[in-house]
Formats: sequence, structure tokens, C-alpha cells
Amino acid sequence: MDGFVRVPVREQDAKVRATNFQEVCLGYNKEEAESEAQRCLNCKNPKCVQGCPVSIDIPAFIQQVKEGDVEGAYQTISKSSALPAVCGRVCPQESQCEGQCVRGIKGDAVSIGKLERYVADTARELGIKPEGAKEKKGKKVAIIGSGPSGLTCAGDLAKMGYDVTIFEALHEAGGVLVYGIPEFRLPKDAVVKKEIENVKSLGVKLETDVVIGKSVTIDELMEKEGFEAVFIGSGAGLPRFMNIPGEQAMGVFSANEFLTRSNLMKAFDENSRTPIMRPKKCVVVGGGNVAMDAARTALRLGAEVHVVYRRGEEELPARKEEVGHAKEEGIIFDLLTNPVEIHADENGWVTGITCIRMELGEPDESGRRSPVEVPGSEFDIECDAVIMSLGTSPNPLISSTTDGLEVNRRKCIVAQEENGQTSKAGVFAGGDAVTGAATVILAMGAGKAAAKGIDEYLSQK
Amino acid sequence: MFKILEANELTTNIFQMIVEAPRVAQACLPGQFLIIRVDEEGERIPLTICDYDREKGTVEIVAQAIGAETMKLGKLKAGDHLADVVGPLGKPSDLCEESIDELKKKKIVFIAGGVGTAPVYPQAKWLKEHGVDCDVIIGAKTKDLVILEDRFKAVCNLHITTDDGSYGRSGMVTKALQDLWDEGNKYDHCVAIGPMIMMKFVCKLTQELGIPTIVSMNPIMVDGTGMCGACRLTVGGEVKFACVDGPEFDGHKVDFDQAMNRMKLYKTEEGRLMLKAQEGDTHHGGCGNCE
Repeated sequence: MDGFVRVPVREQDAKVRATNFQEVCLGYNKEEAESEAQRCLNCKNPKCVQGCPVSIDIPAFIQQVKEGDVEGAYQTISKSSALPAVCGRVCPQESQCEGQCVRGIKGDAVSIGKLERYVADTARELGIKPEGAKEKKGKKVAIIGSGPSGLTCAGDLAKMGYDVTIFEALHEAGGVLVYGIPEFRLPKDAVVKKEIENVKSLGVKLETDVVIGKSVTIDELMEKEGFEAVFIGSGAGLPRFMNIPGEQAMGVFSANEFLTRSNLMKAFDENSRTPIMRPKKCVVVGGGNVAMDAARTALRLGAEVHVVYRRGEEELPARKEEVGHAKEEGIIFDLLTNPVEIHADENGWVTGITCIRMELGEPDESGRRSPVEVPGSEFDIECDAVIMSLGTSPNPLISSTTDGLEVNRRKCIVAQEENGQTSKAGVFAGGDAVTGAATVILAMGAGKAAAKGIDEYLSQK
Repeated sequence: MFKILEANELTTNIFQMIVEAPRVAQACLPGQFLIIRVDEEGERIPLTICDYDREKGTVEIVAQAIGAETMKLGKLKAGDHLADVVGPLGKPSDLCEESIDELKKKKIVFIAGGVGTAPVYPQAKWLKEHGVDCDVIIGAKTKDLVILEDRFKAVCNLHITTDDGSYGRSGMVTKALQDLWDEGNKYDHCVAIGPMIMMKFVCKLTQELGIPTIVSMNPIMVDGTGMCGACRLTVGGEVKFACVDGPEFDGHKVDFDQAMNRMKLYKTEEGRLMLKAQEGDTHHGGCGNCE
């Protein structure tokens, strides 16, 4: 194989995987990984590291893969990332590390994500754990939320020697990694649970079933339970709806509800005690990664699925790889289309949706061309379920119960980018709770920055 | 894991449990609820808080065995454990926010139906503890199904009515309310908690009588923290989430027909038949299939 083309990664056949919930991408084996690692030029000034929100020493770990030193490669990655098996699967590498790779100028970028995944998966099979702190600092830090930002912040602080407790509102740790991203993209027992075990092996404590702002407030944690600093990584969990007629009909769900039932509650499994609707024909509204996840989940539950998105193919916010996978599996894309009204039968069950064609107008302030309705172009799609995947916003439970915590007009917590410091002393924040819905790796970057910020704050205290 | 300290059947299919849940017990107020999972494979089910003891760190839950999950719950004994207890969820009752002097000026009536009697208890008890009197109407199909009678008697003026007239007054709660009103009880504030169909008809009556009325909604939920939107309702033309905006709402603004309709989403044919068999000819509309 010449140096311009990456080693292809094996995947489950599209027709087969459309009917199961097993992982789509099968990953590299040793030969494939070592062969792909040969393509890395080990640049003196590695652009890929600049493209990584948590600054993994990418050339170093790839050299270790090349030499067959998986343990070394794992420890190199672990210095920067608490969740390599997750990131190797769900990071948008094409716009981050791989997007910067010089190999990509003439040919394919080095397949950094797949190599990271290979290292993490192999290390897990070999039972290799990250290295913990040598000395304890004797200071307690509370982490709110066990999603990507919280786990990263907790892992980094534990490695520095802090006494860290994570509080999770749901019954299981992982945040969006367990309730949002489906099994076929990110296996829960095999990957997510194991990475969380690794974070716990650093000494991090985990208390599930605690809703901060309801069960206990941040002020109580600091005043009564002895936490000297708090990191808020509570995510952006509130679903949006369109406020169009018929949205309360039975068969209309938020993507959050549909995915939470399937992922967290395992309703995709016929034996699960949590019910889920198995639609025959389903319309998913939206074009982001969550929309792709919802669409591909509905497909696997047996539906014919249409993705309705108001802009065009180029504007789809989802990762190219996800859109490609969705198309291969047979999902139909109705682009430049927007819902107007949902119809229900006399018993209240969804029967269809009226949409209108859109065209792209002039670019707006953000530079994106905003869609405008084409008058008189309404048409109906028959369906028995509609899944709204229009983005999410931060939950006000914490901001509304914490004195002196500033939020912006989108209800996002205001925090400094470089260290996560909020308007309240000792309280830091990061991830979707600050930025609004974004990506796993950006949340991890924010968790990492906040861990550094918390360490600086507590060192000076 | 959360240990069950006591478990008793109050009446056919309605049982009470005292569970160790220190964080919930410490923080909860009347009007709030919690979510439990019976075991590691269990569904998340919202339940009402009937009482709490902050010092002992315990909460008392009352539930009706109507589905597979609540039936599993009902089989548990003292010494067993629940996989999860999370809460308190939702907003506390507005009564807890008002000044005690204002509350003392009001004539307050609670209307409790079936298992909905349980969440009324902490509200009446809270008022009693703050020196505020209230009336409570408990409605049940028949004498044997009246729950918590003695505990209510200790904290309020209790009126019981049974559909078949086997105990207390005779007829539905709406009749009892109308009768009490006609007997000169001019209520300024009503709180109704029970099956949606009961709350709907109480609201219809209190609208005619001009009594502001609060209802506590119990729609389908998953996470209970505002994340899934399954519990959405239309209240005064706006979409609200029962878990975070409620569970208590202005009953005169709630779209009950829509809320009842949405209840049938995950009901299986089998489940509906079971409910019908249990409730017999006094089938109360909990299936969401009734007019």
C-alpha cells in the first residue's frame, strides 16, 4: 500500500448492521495498526497535537504503536485523556487532529482516531490501567455530572492527588456516553463502563442518584460537606421542540427520550422492562449527530426512516462519517425540508407530517445561508412517529439553585475558557453546561482546563 | 442500594414502604416526588412521597401495584433493597412558599383520590405543623380502599366519601365538595391529587364555584430532571414539563384530555385489560383510554 492511502478499517456490512445494535466499526488489528502507524511522518512541529482539544502527544504514541509498545502508547495517551476508547470512536477527528495532519495535504491523513482506539482497546484487553497519584493532597473536590467533562476533570484531579467525588443524577455514570450515544457507535459494557472503571481506579468516588440543586445544593456541598472546589459538568440536557401543531400527539418524541429509552434503559432489547415505541415509518427532524443516532436507532428497531433537515447536504452538522453510515444503512434524507404540522388520528396517534420545501437564501451574520420557505410547496409524509432532534440547552436546575452563579441569556453558565472559573469563588464549569450542545472532546478539553484551574485555585488557597 | 425498613399493604394493591434515602429525606418538601428502580434491570418509576423523617434519613412511599414494575415493588419486604431512589424531584408545593399569616387567612381544602391520598398527607401535615387548619376530602370506591385515615385525622378536618356509600359520605369527591360548599364551607383554595379523570372533574366544579385549584400531575416520565420531555403537558396553552415545571399546576389551565390521552402511549392491550379487571365497574380512566 502506498503512503497516500490509509489502511481501511473493517466495518460490519451495512445490510447486516441495519438490523442489529452491535458496533458498526470493528477497528484495527495489530498488523493494520502497525502498518497505519508507519504512515506517520513524526513531524518536528506536529500540527495534529494543536488540533487536539486535550493535546495528546500524538506522534509519540504512534511511534510506540509502530514499535509494538501498546502499554507505552496507552500511558502516553492517558497523560492527556481519561477516555481514549471513547474518543477514538466519537471524536470528529477529521476536523481536529486528522484535519491538521500534513499527510492529508496529498492523500489521506493518518488515521489517528482509529489508532487511538486500537491502543485503548488493546490496553483494556491486556488489563493495563492508567497511573494514579503518588501523593494525596487531602483536599476534597466535587464534580457534578459524570459525562465527558466531569470524568476528565475528575481523572486529572485524582492524578494530581485530590480527593474527588463525582455526583451523577441518573442511576448510571457516563452522561451522554450512556444515555445519548447508541450502543452501535459506542458499546456501553465493553467500552464506556471500562473507561469509567479506569477513572475510579485512580481513586475517584462516584455517588449516583444525586440531583444537584434538588438532593443537595452546591452551597451545601461547600459549606456542609467540606468540598473546597466544585466543577459543574452537568451538560445540556433540555430538549427543544418546534412548537408546531400536533407536537403533543402520541408518537412524537424528543431525541433525548427516544435515545435514553434505547441506550440508558436498554429498551432496544426485547427483554428490557422499559418500553419503547417501534415505529413502522419514522421522521427524524434535525441534521446533527444526535439526529443521526436517533435515525439509526429507529432503523434498527425496524422503521423506514426519513431525516428531515431544513438546510442542504453541505450544511448537515453531523459528522460526515455518521451521515455516510446512515445512508449506507438505508436512511432517506429529505433535505431543504422543514416540518409545518404533525397530524394525528382520532385517538391521538401520529399519522403523518406536513413539510414545506426550503431554499437557501443569503448568508446570515454567522456566515451560514439561512433557509427560506418556498411558498406553496407543502407536502405530506406518512409516518407513525416523529423524533425531534433540534438541539438541547443547559438544565437550569443548578444555576437557579446556586447563589452568585452567572448565566448568559441562553442559560449557559458563564466560565472562563482557560481555567473554567465561574462568577462564584471555588466553582468551575465546563462542557455543554457552558457552551451549549457541542462535542465529547470539547467537553473533555474544558474538563481538563478546569482541573488545571482548580489545582491553581486550591494551591493558592 | 437503598434499604427498605418497613413494608406494609395498606389495602388491596396499595402498599407503603419506609426506605433509607438520607439525601432525599433531608431535602424534600411537600409536593415533590422521587423516582425509584426496583432492581438493576428495572424501569425508572416516579412515586409520591407520603412522609419523611429528616433525622432518621428515611422517606415513606406509597404506591399502587398497577403494572409489572409496581407489582415487583409490592413484593419486596423489610430488609430488601431498592436499586435506586433519586430525588426529591419537581418543585415543592406553592403552599410552602407562601407566608404563614396569609395561609391562616385562607380556607383550604384538599381533595384526595385513591393512591393520590398519599401525597396529600405531607401537605396537610406541613400545614398543621405551621399552625394552619385545612379540610381534606378523601374519595375511595369503597370502605376498604380508604387509606391513611387515622394519620389524616391527626392533622386536618377529614371528610371521607365512598362511591358506594359504604363509609362516610356517599358519592364521588365532586359531590362531597359541592355538599360541603352548600353546607357553608366557602373555600378559597383547593388542591386536588388523584387520578387525572378525578382532577379534571374537580377542576370543572371549582371553576364554577370560583375556587383557585392546584393539581398534581403524574404523566409518563423517564429521567425526571427535564431531560426527556416525555412528561410534557399543555398548561394555559404553553408546553410544560411536569418533572421540573411541576408536578403541581393551576388545574384550571391544564389540558386534561390531552394529558390523559398521552398516558396510553406505552400501555399494552394486556395492561389495559388487567387494569379494567382490577378497577371493575369503577374503572377510573387511569388507562387513558376512557372519555
